Amino acid sequence: MNEKTSAGRSVAPWRASRKLIGFLFVLPSVVFVLVMLVTPLCLTIWMSLHKWPLFGEIEFAGWRNYSKVLADVQFWKSLWFTTEYTLTVTPLILGTAFCLALLVKGGYRNVGLFRTAYFLPVVIGFAASSLLWVWMLNDQLGIVNRILLDLGIIDAPVVWLGRKSTALLSINLSIVWKVVGLSMIILLSGMQAISREIIEAASIDGAGSLRRITHITVPMIRRSIALVLVITVVGSYLAFDHFYIMTRGGPQNETITAVYWIFTNSFTYFKMGYGAALSMILLVMLLVLSVAQIRLLEKNQHG
Amino acid sequence: MDDGDRLNLDSGGVTQMATLGLRTISTVKLRWLFAFFLALAFLFPIVWSLLNSFKTSAGASAVPTSYWPEEWSLENYGAIWSYGRGLAVYTWNSLVLAVLTVFGTVVLSMLGGYGFARFEFPGRNVLFFLCLLPMLVPYQTILTPLFVIATRLEIHNSLLGLSLVYILFQLPFSLFLMRNTFESVPKELEEAAVMDGCGHIGILRHITFSIVKPGLITVALFAFINSWNEFFAALLFLNSEDSFTLPIVLATIRAGQLGQVDWGALQAGVIVSIVPCMLLFLILQRHYIEGLTGGAVKE
Repeated sequence: MNEKTSAGRSVAPWRASRKLIGFLFVLPSVVFVLVMLVTPLCLTIWMSLHKWPLFGEIEFAGWRNYSKVLADVQFWKSLWFTTEYTLTVTPLILGTAFCLALLVKGGYRNVGLFRTAYFLPVVIGFAASSLLWVWMLNDQLGIVNRILLDLGIIDAPVVWLGRKSTALLSINLSIVWKVVGLSMIILLSGMQAISREIIEAASIDGAGSLRRITHITVPMIRRSIALVLVITVVGSYLAFDHFYIMTRGGPQNETITAVYWIFTNSFTYFKMGYGAALSMILLVMLLVLSVAQIRLLEKNQHG
Repeated sequence: MDDGDRLNLDSGGVTQMATLGLRTISTVKLRWLFAFFLALAFLFPIVWSLLNSFKTSAGASAVPTSYWPEEWSLENYGAIWSYGRGLAVYTWNSLVLAVLTVFGTVVLSMLGGYGFARFEFPGRNVLFFLCLLPMLVPYQTILTPLFVIATRLEIHNSLLGLSLVYILFQLPFSLFLMRNTFESVPKELEEAAVMDGCGHIGILRHITFSIVKPGLITVALFAFINSWNEFFAALLFLNSEDSFTLPIVLATIRAGQLGQVDWGALQAGVIVSIVPCMLLFLILQRHYIEGLTGGAVKE
């Protein structure tokens, strides 16, 4: 920093006190993060090495919680289901968001209103949105079945949340509705940063709109796409609210996500040590995933 | 419709203008129509919920469901109003929680953002990285120990305790935004103030505040909406009916925990819980979108 004390007197003490003052300004945030994040993080590791019920004796367990994970069929099933969910919902969100961003880039009337309409569900909570959809999807009372019946697409009401495949499909669609606006805005801001000259030069050179998208737009908004991917993948791996409210993990525990299983262990069975071990595994997985994704996209940019 | 379209063609050649002109006018109309119907589809679930909340209790549970309320009624709002401890209690809890979260987030990120943007001190980058850590550590993974700590300190059922969790996870975004905002304030302004004998708090209060107000509104808006909507941590931390927030109480309706309430009342509850955030967003839309895109993604 370059403080300009025009008179030039007593610069040194002024510098030293400036360091102290700066430190004091950031101190509350630093202390807060240390107390609220670093402490529980260390405690997670500590708890994961113990048998830790809510009440009663806490015993040291060494690596036993972690070795138990290997034999925990439901955990692997949940992890696989979460992966299935992530692999299906991510392309849906990214694809829809990309098309929406192209659609609302501008060039016609009311485009701001359309953007707002697509974005509006983002400010609704996951709980409210899940409750809204669980009713729309209800086999007897739901509007989805009513419309599909009236259009003659189905002959009998479908119990959408009653089977794993249809539950996954309908939850995917409800999540796209709920979150796609966020990704749309991120991609849109990337697109708007592309200079108009490049696009025009390409179209004068005879590049059709599809070629302009694949050869100019996509490479130039790579960082926005990376951001959307990381947000979506991490968010999907942490999915809980909509499965807890919409399917309650059913049918036959087939839609229990990883976080849901941690929640069940820690707060239904009160096996908190085991829950902590599962949390650590998930945490490491997510860190690796985010770093890998960012690396991958960075590499593409240079190669 | 045609006006916006012609703008795109300003720098094109004359021949391109003629051929493109004809083609794009029709595609623009098609795009507009498509965008319009898509917007209706996006708004449909909200409108549908709103319509149903005004049906009678029986009308909302009728099979098959009717597209339009046959009889308009406030019966569902009456039912949700007196559900459990009463809707007023739950709304108040949500509001208190959100206000606490907004207050804590604004204070911490304003002080921290100013410190990180304006001062050089040893370990500045390390400390800034430390403050961004909550972004990398998803809170779902540390809730078990937080719950244990909160139980030991006997703050596990308090809105204040829960707001501390929310502030923690609002902090990285808010601090980042406030640091960028303070960096965009011309330094000369502050230097002049120092020469005039203004202290640092004085600078923060008088001069910079008016310039960084948009950033602060964004921070507060995000803190409010995220706190108002949060479900998972609230589900774990709040276990007495007196401290339930709106999302939690609505989920208990769905689970039928506190007695039978029908779907119409639930939709009324959903509407009550989404209207404040939608209104805030519609009024402060510019701040929200700028917060999302500001500095985060620059190609």
